[in-house]
Amino acid sequence: MNPHRRHPFIRIAALVVYFFLYAPIVMLVLYSFNASRTNILFEGFIPSVGPLQMEGSLVTQSPCGAFHWFCELAKNQEVGVAARNTLTIALTSTFVSAIIGTMAALAMQRYNFRIKPFAQLSLYIPIVIPEIVMGIGVLTLFSQLFAIVNNSLGLAGDARLTLGIGTVIVSHIAFCVPFVTLVVQARLQGFDKSYEEAAMDLGANELVTFWRVTFPMILPGVLSGALLAFTLSLDDFVITFFATGPGATTLPIYVYGLLRRIITPQVNALSTIWIGLVLVAVVLLQRLQAREAK
Amino acid sequence: MKELSEFAVEMRDVVKTFKTPEGTMLNAVDHVNMNIKNGEFFSMLGSSGCGKTTSLRMMAGFEWPSEGEIYIEGQAMGHTPPFQRNVNTVFQSYALFQHMTVYQNIAFGLEMEKAPPDEIKARVGRVLDMVQLMGMEKRFPKQLSGGQQQRIALARALVKLPNVLLLDEPLGALDLKLRKEMQLELKAIQQKVGITFIYVTHDQEEALTMSDRIAVMSKGKVMQMGTPVEIYERPTSRFVAGFIGESNFLEGTVQSINGERANVLVPALMTEVTGLNTGKVKMGEKAVVCIRPEKIRISDEPVSKQNSFRGAVKTTTYIGSDTHVYVEVGKLTIKVWEQNRVSSLDPKAYYTAGQNLTLNLMPENTLILADA
Repeated sequence: MNPHRRHPFIRIAALVVYFFLYAPIVMLVLYSFNASRTNILFEGFIPSVGPLQMEGSLVTQSPCGAFHWFCELAKNQEVGVAARNTLTIALTSTFVSAIIGTMAALAMQRYNFRIKPFAQLSLYIPIVIPEIVMGIGVLTLFSQLFAIVNNSLGLAGDARLTLGIGTVIVSHIAFCVPFVTLVVQARLQGFDKSYEEAAMDLGANELVTFWRVTFPMILPGVLSGALLAFTLSLDDFVITFFATGPGATTLPIYVYGLLRRIITPQVNALSTIWIGLVLVAVVLLQRLQAREAK
Repeated sequence: MKELSEFAVEMRDVVKTFKTPEGTMLNAVDHVNMNIKNGEFFSMLGSSGCGKTTSLRMMAGFEWPSEGEIYIEGQAMGHTPPFQRNVNTVFQSYALFQHMTVYQNIAFGLEMEKAPPDEIKARVGRVLDMVQLMGMEKRFPKQLSGGQQQRIALARALVKLPNVLLLDEPLGALDLKLRKEMQLELKAIQQKVGITFIYVTHDQEEALTMSDRIAVMSKGKVMQMGTPVEIYERPTSRFVAGFIGESNFLEGTVQSINGERANVLVPALMTEVTGLNTGKVKMGEKAVVCIRPEKIRISDEPVSKQNSFRGAVKTTTYIGSDTHVYVEVGKLTIKVWEQNRVSSLDPKAYYTAGQNLTLNLMPENTLILADA
């Protein structure tokens, strides 16, 4: 018998927590199959497959059946562009911030330098600072900087530097680096320097030591840092909103735009796909970690 | 065959200074001179913080001397990085690469030498045979026992056939029985391969068992260097006599020096004690009489007029092979180890508290050391 008596409250608390965590997601997925266009009430699934038929605001028949809104979404060119932008931004900023963050973590672990306490503190500030402040800062910085550069170089028309995918990537890298650094630093905490010494002792120079010994050993830390950066970049709205420009709409920005016009079940369909992808990624990652732990 | 210099490793007046957390400077290694001969099993023995590991790390190239110079095979090392030194290290923590198999761990050093694959395979096989771990090639370090990991760490360093193998308390993490086995095995391997072993330990028994020569270190300085017999039988200082094995110390003043013999007046015994003059004592100065507990003879009546003291047994401890007898003589308690040569069930055979007896110190077994 477990010596800890289970109070009924524990079970209730757990149920409440799970309800509020997952009920919105379940609702969202359910509504992506809604027959109603207005998306206010759930009017049941679209019953039959065939040429599109409507009854008022209800879709009664669709070529895709219950998956009507997913098909509509697929036809939506803007979503494709936004998805591509989002992935480009997330992958680029993840890759770059993983490299910079890992380098920073290694430097902080290995060397003692005068501004080290400041460097450590400066990693926390972007994390605790409100995102909106960062966003406004990014916007101010880039618009001022670009204005100066454009004016001084006399750039005109398409040559002018403007906000766009580049500025979004740079600002995403900036807010991802502290997260990667902190995650990798935690991993390095238990890293015994004698592994590196052993490699050098056996004839490996610094570079070979890094690639053959240090990097493989800290790779799980780097990967979890990168995964964190990827998810942060993928769903960032606030900073992206300020740093983005024409032609650089990301999915969160696009969804926000859709909501302002009309809440169509397309948004739900998009979110459902998104959740599905994340779910697959998480399961894969867990499998990978389980295999490594063996 | 390459011409070898006489010494595998030399430390000439080496100092290593560290900054303490309080901001003061500390000489972890303080003007150390050491000559380690080729093919020798050399131990650096001392308690933690005596500078033995720092000395070893400087030989390996993980640290650089603040002053002085280290020579390996007659070559001044200066700031030569570890990967350009013909020495290899067995780490206390083993430092086996967790993401590599046993085979990959051992082959790593040979790959760095760009040895051809066939040769790597053959050499890894031979060294695994030597440490008796054939068939473990595909295992990961985590899947091995502590003793096996220790052997792999040894194999990984040995496979490089270095001039000098540096071992930093390699048996520290093993249990006593395994440690004893490995001591013998290490010594056997060293004799077989003929490589110079420099061994760091805080375990005096380990050092005495395995070494050709020992350097006893304390507070960054070498206190004494010599063979195990020299270190144990002729300690040159009170520190070494107390650190290696057990000793009785009787403090007094030198009364006379007569060639190899010296007489010391020991106030606590109210008498003179005669012993071997170690050459460092001076007339009229303070000295300490040092005698090993197993070198004291117990008798009922004095054997000679010299160095015989009446005393009474305070306590005894029976430990099987020996009986430890603590005898009160004057104001001192002197420990005597008596070997149990006779098998007896009679408690009286092992001395009893209050028993009066005579302790006889043979002058040739008694050392007179300068009291410093």
